[in-house]
Amino acid sequence: MAWNLNADKPIYTQLVEIIQTQIISGRYKAGDRLPSVRELAAEASVNPNTMQKAFAELERNGLIVTQRTSGRTVTEDIELINQTQAHLAEECINNFFQTMKELGYSEKEILKLIEKATEEVE
Amino acid sequence: METLAEIKGLTKSYGKTLAVNNMNLIIPRGKIIGLLGPNGSGKTTLIKMMNGLLTPTAGSISINGCAPGITTKARIAYLPERTYLQDGMRVCDIVDYFSDFYKDFNRNTAFTMLQSLNISFTARLKTLSKGTKEKVQLILVMSRNADLYILDEPIAGVDPAARDYILKTIISNYNENASILLSTHLISDIENVLDEVIFIRDGQVMAHLTVDQIREEYGRSVDSYFREVFAC
Repeated sequence: MAWNLNADKPIYTQLVEIIQTQIISGRYKAGDRLPSVRELAAEASVNPNTMQKAFAELERNGLIVTQRTSGRTVTEDIELINQTQAHLAEECINNFFQTMKELGYSEKEILKLIEKATEEVE
Repeated sequence: METLAEIKGLTKSYGKTLAVNNMNLIIPRGKIIGLLGPNGSGKTTLIKMMNGLLTPTAGSISINGCAPGITTKARIAYLPERTYLQDGMRVCDIVDYFSDFYKDFNRNTAFTMLQSLNISFTARLKTLSKGTKEKVQLILVMSRNADLYILDEPIAGVDPAARDYILKTIISNYNENASILLSTHLISDIENVLDEVIFIRDGQVMAHLTVDQIREEYGRSVDSYFREVFAC
């Protein structure tokens, strides 16, 4: 199944986000070996060079580590993974608030709606 | 970046019509490149000249340092827009034929792909549907270990599921020193697979960009960028 990619954002940044999410959600755990660029490119149905670029970006921010003997692994730095998670959550919330404001809700109203929705879930 | 093919001042005229007009282009190694342009912009004329099927009116083409000829044909896997295979041939006979013809042809790759797409080895070409015939030809071309794959409208008649399979096969099979140049109108289907796109208009290169350049600079997909640039 090809990965779900948007049309308006650069492909490699979307790949970075998806792999980050896969690490946070535990599909790839701290210290796990990652599939090769080519395998992951085929899975996502994207160009291998683009996947390579996404890997380079993830290596730069430390989430992925390249080891000479064992290929690429997820970092063992749990703190860094937690930070990434917090960062993505913040982004998600900001986007949500922005959309709700565009729909005409004030912050108070949004919070009320969230409370109501949470009660319903419970 | 290492150059695979270089085109300089390439021109092809049919009487007064200039199909390709003083075109300059560099094709690097290890890239999947889309050749995009409206109907009649010169895509197929360019491709035919690269394959030595048409003689340029002016200018030069150099592939691996050679002009189009026997040496370049041995290293280019070309899928033409129309079939040249005999209708009465069986699929397995065509595989043998290619195997005899091209040193870099891999029979195992061909049979594996045919099997994955449920194409009978013993069927005669004329009994196959249009889309299946296209699949067979694409499989033959992609089963070569060439330096340059030139695919003229490779997936037009193929169903979406097979299209995905074919794209995946392209991604996982081609080697890092080879490049793929493909012309198509189905941009949104293939743009995630492309490194670069070449926009052609009136026989000239209008733009040569990477897919993510277009997305970063214009905030839109190659498909929607194409629709805007070539709006009628």
